Amino acid sequence: MAKEQLRFTGSGGQGVILGTIIMAEAAFLDGKQVVQSQSYGPEARGGLCKAETIVDDKPINYTKIETPTFLLSLSQNSFDKFSKKLAPGAAIIVDDSVRVPERISQKHEVLQLPIIQSAIDVIGKKVSANIIACGAVNEALHLASQKSMEEAVLAHIPRGTEALNLKAVRLGAKLVQDRRKTE
Amino acid sequence: MAEKQKRFQLLQGNEACVEGALAAGMRFFAGYPITPSTEIAERSAVRLPQVGGKFMQMEDEIASIAAALGASVAGTKSMTATSGPGFSLKQENIGYATIAEIPIVIVDVMRSGPSTGLPTSPSQGDVMQAKWGTHGDHPVIAICPCSVQDTFNQTVRAFNLAERFRTPVILLMDEIVGHMREGCEIIPPDELEIHNRNTHMINSMPYAFGEGQYVPHMTSFGDGHLYNITGLFHDEAGFPTNDNQIAGEENDRIMKKIQIYKYSGILDYEEYQMEDADIGIVCYGGTTRAVREAVDEARDMGYNVGMFRPVTLWPFPEYELVSRARQLRRLIVVEHNYGQVLLTVEGIIKGDTKVEFIGKVNGTAISPTEIIKKIEEGDE
Repeated sequence: MAKEQLRFTGSGGQGVILGTIIMAEAAFLDGKQVVQSQSYGPEARGGLCKAETIVDDKPINYTKIETPTFLLSLSQNSFDKFSKKLAPGAAIIVDDSVRVPERISQKHEVLQLPIIQSAIDVIGKKVSANIIACGAVNEALHLASQKSMEEAVLAHIPRGTEALNLKAVRLGAKLVQDRRKTE
Repeated sequence: MAEKQKRFQLLQGNEACVEGALAAGMRFFAGYPITPSTEIAERSAVRLPQVGGKFMQMEDEIASIAAALGASVAGTKSMTATSGPGFSLKQENIGYATIAEIPIVIVDVMRSGPSTGLPTSPSQGDVMQAKWGTHGDHPVIAICPCSVQDTFNQTVRAFNLAERFRTPVILLMDEIVGHMREGCEIIPPDELEIHNRNTHMINSMPYAFGEGQYVPHMTSFGDGHLYNITGLFHDEAGFPTNDNQIAGEENDRIMKKIQIYKYSGILDYEEYQMEDADIGIVCYGGTTRAVREAVDEARDMGYNVGMFRPVTLWPFPEYELVSRARQLRRLIVVEHNYGQVLLTVEGIIKGDTKVEFIGKVNGTAISPTEIIKKIEEGDE
């Protein structure tokens, strides 16, 4: 595989760091080399948050990302800040509340998905948006097997929420499948 | 009991530090959580009770190191962890551990400062604090890991050195290494080289040491021998003394026990692509990975670049760097501060090779691109 450099962005509290941990764990379970890192401010909630996962077959040197090959944004201000420097051909998934300027959508494949709304309407928990996003990202990029993906989700969620989170990760994959069918 | 740990896990550097400490035999941790070291306290709190150890959250950083020293005197391998502002508070007791010869591992996960600074951002601003932070002349062992696996391995080594030489050992991590997650092999203790302090007391004198040796044998408190521990210069019995000859000899011995054994496990460094290099880059800890990537890319561009990385930062591998520098046109020091290792490197190179510097203190990580730019600029 080619080296994948994923950047997840959002507001503090949306769970983007956990999202990258789950992606890293899933790829790690499949035997890939991974590095996960994050940057955030001292605020507990509301600050801009950026988290990254690098996946490769070879050992990874630099642990941060200079030009992402993939960008996820769950909020407008995080998209505006972190969408400036992308690798050529980088794919983008955003929540459908995020407006994507034409100069970006002309150059990149952009999937605008109802991530947060589905979390509220289908799962019944807004906080599951990050797990839905993980399912969508993995469906779009095929980084890890479905089995490893679900195992990774189960390893990082509170006990008693297994069914709900498995439903969320599968819903994410389905959002991408449905979107690609209609295109 | 907890379920058996998986041998390969996705871990943060901070978590790998705890696993390395447990493998080395740590059974006591006292701390006062502070970003970016908090996960060390968190995982210790979960894992220590699972292996029959004790975790204590103390009221502050000073009490944390004091509690860990107390546990160590009682014979239990102990650790405390903190970051910048907390490291400042621990300094007095680091000196106490040095003169009282109490083994302990102090982890400092460096963050941007001074004061509360940028708590969640990378920095390497405590390099000189690790060396000179506590007052008076004293030896220091400080070790800088560069990856999650290296953190596991170096934590084991930190405990071994603390036990062998009865001295505080500083594991000098940074936010980059502490907070990143990578695959890590948790090597079980029976596959590791583990050292334990010598507790066979000579002539019932706690600070007596054998012929030709530099490290006293001490029994653990509670094992039957009553003895005195003090931060004053003391005699073989552990009692304070104003005798200038004894004070001089003791100070010498405490310095020498690290100098003499420098080549018996204390010194450690890594070279990458240095064989034919004429440009050398000195780095340590979290900047290492950016430098490795820059070395690979610059080699593709035709530059003969290599990396020299002190793993043990203090004592510094001076002779090893000077020997390498003879073949170099340029030496670039890369660190997240205003030039703390730079000062040391300039001191030992003494103008024989051109020494250049990349320092970054705005809370973002130094990138391979910035390093390559520096390589290109100097050769234009």
